[in-house]
Amino acid sequence: MSAVLTRIVSSRLFWPIVMLLVLVTINVIAFPGFLTITVKDGHLFGSVIDILRNGAPTLIIAVGMTLVIATRGIDLSVGAVAAISGAVACSIILSSPDPGSVGTVVVAVAVALVIALVLGLWNGFLVSVIGIQPIIATLILMTAGRGVAMLITEGQILTVNSPPFKALGSGFLLGLPVAVVIGTVIFAIAALLTRRTALGMLIESVGINPEASRQAGVRARGLLFSVYTFCAFSAGIAGLILTANQTAADANNTGLFIELDAILAVVIGGTSLAGGRYSLAGTLVGALVIQTLVTTVYTVGIPPIVTMVFKAAVVTAVCLLQSPATNAAFGRLRTRLTARAGKGITAS
Amino acid sequence: MTTTLDAPASGPAPGPGAPFRPTKPSVLDRLRDVLTSPKSGPVLVTAALFVVVFVIGGLRYRGFFSGQVFLNLFVDNSYLIVLAVGMTFVILTGGIDLSVGAVVAVSTMIAASLLQSGWSPGAVIPLILVLTSVLGLLVGLMIHVFKVQPFIATLAAMFLARGLCYVISKDSISISEPTFVALAVTRIPLGGGLSITPSVVIALVVVIVAVWVLGFTRFGRTVYAIGGSEQSGVLMGLPVARTKVIVYVVSGFCSGLAGILFSFYTLSGYPLTAVGTELDAIAAVVIGGTLLTGGYGFVLGSVLGVLVLGVIQTIITFEGTLSSWWTKIFIGGLLLVFIILQKVLTSRRRR
Repeated sequence: MSAVLTRIVSSRLFWPIVMLLVLVTINVIAFPGFLTITVKDGHLFGSVIDILRNGAPTLIIAVGMTLVIATRGIDLSVGAVAAISGAVACSIILSSPDPGSVGTVVVAVAVALVIALVLGLWNGFLVSVIGIQPIIATLILMTAGRGVAMLITEGQILTVNSPPFKALGSGFLLGLPVAVVIGTVIFAIAALLTRRTALGMLIESVGINPEASRQAGVRARGLLFSVYTFCAFSAGIAGLILTANQTAADANNTGLFIELDAILAVVIGGTSLAGGRYSLAGTLVGALVIQTLVTTVYTVGIPPIVTMVFKAAVVTAVCLLQSPATNAAFGRLRTRLTARAGKGITAS
Repeated sequence: MTTTLDAPASGPAPGPGAPFRPTKPSVLDRLRDVLTSPKSGPVLVTAALFVVVFVIGGLRYRGFFSGQVFLNLFVDNSYLIVLAVGMTFVILTGGIDLSVGAVVAVSTMIAASLLQSGWSPGAVIPLILVLTSVLGLLVGLMIHVFKVQPFIATLAAMFLARGLCYVISKDSISISEPTFVALAVTRIPLGGGLSITPSVVIALVVVIVAVWVLGFTRFGRTVYAIGGSEQSGVLMGLPVARTKVIVYVVSGFCSGLAGILFSFYTLSGYPLTAVGTELDAIAAVVIGGTLLTGGYGFVLGSVLGVLVLGVIQTIITFEGTLSSWWTKIFIGGLLLVFIILQKVLTSRRRR
């Protein structure tokens, strides 16, 4: 019994799930209808669905970020890439003669995603070929990227009126919000590719020791290229969803601080920033924790902008709970408790 | 590494310890050594870059070549200089501090709201410096005791500080307190029609103290040692733990001071102040030649880095047709060039 308990507590998903449950409980107490899901016109509605929909962009980026972090890297440029991708799509739709047609939107989305891929290749090039530390290599695009997005939108907020594009952000597919469907597909693809093939293990081996894995025959350079490209691609998709949701591209504010939310989701999910081990399921829980936290702040009636203080509290709590010092303290406590229990048995 | 190469230059002849050096190094060799050293190379390149950009500005625009334009680089960027000084300490140990921009913002907010409610500046300024230093201390302890990566710990501090700004107020608060206004409008004449602000004096004092601390104290040497190799530092019996925590206190203190200087500059507190300033500070430090992995770099290099960013900003202002987003693209491009430069210089040395 206690062995099972120990295993549950020591699982990396334990604290994130506890945190999620606590948040959900607070919501249910503050707002009894929280868990109700209603069906209107064949679409699902409810707070939980809202959380899933609003959390989808963060989740999509966090999935890419998880793989990057698994290689002991980090990608700070995802917010800027999201802004660029949204700006490209909106400017193409605006400049086309027929903004409402599906063809225009498909072209716009395709071009935006190709540009995101190119930006990912650029990050991959700096990290794997030039050998710059990932945090700095992506810092360059993070700094310059918003400038580039401004250049594309010419400093304006581009508002588009295109129903097919809008559907990307607020439409429904099979009763579910389109954003949630896209998020699920990206998550499933990443999970299948990395957990049903050897890819995940190879990524982890690069994260543990790039040089050793290269000598063992792992093509580290190609893997690094792929993870950064995948991460930028997912940032591009998230940028499209965010832009479509607001039906406007804002070079300054689209995806602002989303890199931090994505990294936060990954860290809350128990993936170590030191690389080598990752958990996509953890990232999913992490993204849900963040979005539920945001919603909770809304429901409880605290001004939404103050969420950052709560995010700070959550990061600090999770980091401290997962730190080696805390684990050691828990370990000491456990041995002391078992020792005391053992003494009790011998005494009786 | 560099000391062995510098040694023959100071002594009259190579000693018995260097029998393999056939001839005295020529001036060219020595110049190459200085330029390719990870210690001084990037700083010299930055200095040259600053001169080149300033001359280009002078050739292109009338009125650019004036002493006041040069002094305004300090006037407009005194807060950034102070931030870059604090960031230099952190990066020299191989860490990073993402919270500085948010701490600047929260400092302006605290200053503005307390002054508005009638506090005296003599109480507000020390209070802000103590609060931001304590925040730095907490971050440092989180990094050292709980082994949280600097990136994440300072990220949490950034969220906290930014959130607290909004807790204080969602809107801009203006400062009309006489001392602050006086400090904002006072000009210290330097003769010849040139003048600087009290903020510049404060920033320069910070720079001088930092140069002294890093160059001439035991603490400074420990900072460099940690950046070189933390493990060796521990094995040598250096106070690694204390030093690692203190650099974040220094950075917190500098951010608070920068926030106060910023509130002199804008005479208001605003929650969205200085978004992205942490990147400007990191960029200035990197362009100033401090190695991001720690161990090499100078405070004066970071000051040069700030000046380079400032002169680019000035050129963009003079150009008029170039929009401000070009600044971001230029800073990004410069960062790239300097990081690759560092890479080339350090890899050449290792061979």
